[in-house]
Amino acid sequence: MGMYIIRRMLLAVPLLWAISLLTFILINLSPMDPAVVVLQAQGVPSITDELIERTQQQLGLDQPFLVRYLNWMLDCLQLDFGNSYITGQSVWALIGPAFLNTLRLTLVSAVSIIAVSVLLGVLCALQAGRVLDKSVRTLAFILTAIPSYGLAALLVWYFSVRLDLLPTSGMDSYRSYILPVLIITISYAGLYFRNVRSSMLSNMNKDYVLYGRASGLPERVITMHILRNSLQVAISIFCMAIPIILGSTVVVENVFAWPGLGSLSIRAILSRDFPVIQAYVLILAVSFVIFNAISDMINAAMNPKLRNGL
Amino acid sequence: MNILEVNHLNIHDIHIGEPIVKDISFDLQQGQCLAIVGESGSGKSVTCRSIMKLNPSSLQQSGSIVFQGIDLNTLTDQQMRKRRGKQIGMIMQNGMSAFDPSCVIGTHLRETLGQHYGWNRSKIDERMHIAMHSVMLNHPDRLMNRYPHELSGGMLQRIMIALTLVLEPDILIADEPTTALDMLSQQEVMAQFIRLRHTLGCSMIFISHDLGAVRHIADHILIMKDGKVIERGETEQLFTAPRQEYTRDLLSARFALDNHFRQLMERKEG
Ligand SMILES: Nc1ncnc2c1ncn2[C@@H]1O[C@H](COP(=O)(O)OP(=O)(O)OP(=O)(O)O)[C@@H](O)[C@H]1O
Ligand SMILES: [Mg+2]
Repeated sequence: MGMYIIRRMLLAVPLLWAISLLTFILINLSPMDPAVVVLQAQGVPSITDELIERTQQQLGLDQPFLVRYLNWMLDCLQLDFGNSYITGQSVWALIGPAFLNTLRLTLVSAVSIIAVSVLLGVLCALQAGRVLDKSVRTLAFILTAIPSYGLAALLVWYFSVRLDLLPTSGMDSYRSYILPVLIITISYAGLYFRNVRSSMLSNMNKDYVLYGRASGLPERVITMHILRNSLQVAISIFCMAIPIILGSTVVVENVFAWPGLGSLSIRAILSRDFPVIQAYVLILAVSFVIFNAISDMINAAMNPKLRNGL
Repeated sequence: MNILEVNHLNIHDIHIGEPIVKDISFDLQQGQCLAIVGESGSGKSVTCRSIMKLNPSSLQQSGSIVFQGIDLNTLTDQQMRKRRGKQIGMIMQNGMSAFDPSCVIGTHLRETLGQHYGWNRSKIDERMHIAMHSVMLNHPDRLMNRYPHELSGGMLQRIMIALTLVLEPDILIADEPTTALDMLSQQEVMAQFIRLRHTLGCSMIFISHDLGAVRHIADHILIMKDGKVIERGETEQLFTAPRQEYTRDLLSARFALDNHFRQLMERKEG
């Protein structure tokens, strides 16, 4: 198992490198000249060619592509993502706290999504075809079909405005988490509980379940075996889901004015703040790779067949 | 004395209303071996599972199954569960899929024996070691900690037989226990089956496509086709003088295949 972890981590290194290169290339493909963006942000009235050239020199944009990439990557390794073109602040000072806020929201949501999907998935599988199963699936279908900003508006109106129970925005106390987490949970758990359910159902028809029953094992023990095998699929889905949620909290963050990555990235994109966008994309990509590796490791721990596969 | 009597067993699929098993009756005497033979889809497995009441709820069964004088329909789930494994045992066709793939073999053995005997771990291991040695499995302590995918089909089949040896059921149902194995393992596992019958003196229902093995182990044979029993009789009598056209075809097709195979092998060797 130890060897597996080491091999799996080594595998992530080239992937991370490729991601960094791709991020850098994509941003450099943008038709906007960064120097112009900076000058506009400083409110310079007339932008001359001479001025642009000078700014390019300051930003190091006159150097060849590879040199710029190497400098940028070495800086990134030390968590130095440069300075925002707009505010002049260091990007890390902007993005670090925002990342933590989003991560907090994501992890709390992930825990809630896992709890809800496993619970509903297992219940529906055990009751497959009965009323409970059918009504949960119908309800989930309807709820996931509503776009999350619509759902957010509805819930804010009811809980915050009409009942005045919960805050409408910000991140002040645990109560600020309730609505955003609820909305993210509804949109994801409504999808993921189906994976748990179908994985449970396919395991229930396996030979080992029949042999367990034929050996006289009680249903309780057999259900534990089914769960153990079904959750493998679920766990890898959940680990993959974490970075997806991380990248898709944009809507919820904007509705609730959550001081996270989503809000920050929208602002950066609208004002063409390239260093911030670059850092945002890189951070998301890196968390994808990391969570993917973690999910593989958990799977290998649970499924001995996979360990020799790498 | 009959240990098992199956009377007018009917099984149908409630979703499509299609009958799968049609009015089957047979009985099994103490210590005897009954073979069920028939083409694929003729309802052999469904019949066997109905004896253990293990068909999915979408398959409804009627008729009575009397085991040791008790109609199984009158038993509660709890009472039925106590009989499974301990009194009516089963050997699966494919050992590779019969054990939970994410647990070591020992888990199933310990759970099963703990359930029926309430033994502690060391007692279970001790008894399993003896049983595994007797079916020619070496290093039982190591085997207990192996995952199913790390063992061969023949080994897993013998582990199931070893577990049966410890459980000592009154009836053993073996549903094509050698089909998934290569020739050599087939012979080894068959040898263990014959020994098992002698050791435990248990009655047996043996499903197989291998007519050679059937002739060797069975006292009586039931021929099934499309969910019905079309012929039954004592083994030798049925092999030498089959009454039904279908049985004759089945036997001759099988022996023709055997002969063809033998010729091929001889040609290859010669
Ligand atoms: N769970 C089930 N639900 C519905 N139909 C089933 C189910 N299990 C089996 N059947 C049907 O019952 C019939 C008999 O199946 P069964 O498995 O008993 O055949 P078999 O004689 O054991 O064949 P084989 O030699 O291939 O094992 C088949 O037509 C099959 O499609
Ligand atoms: Mg079968």
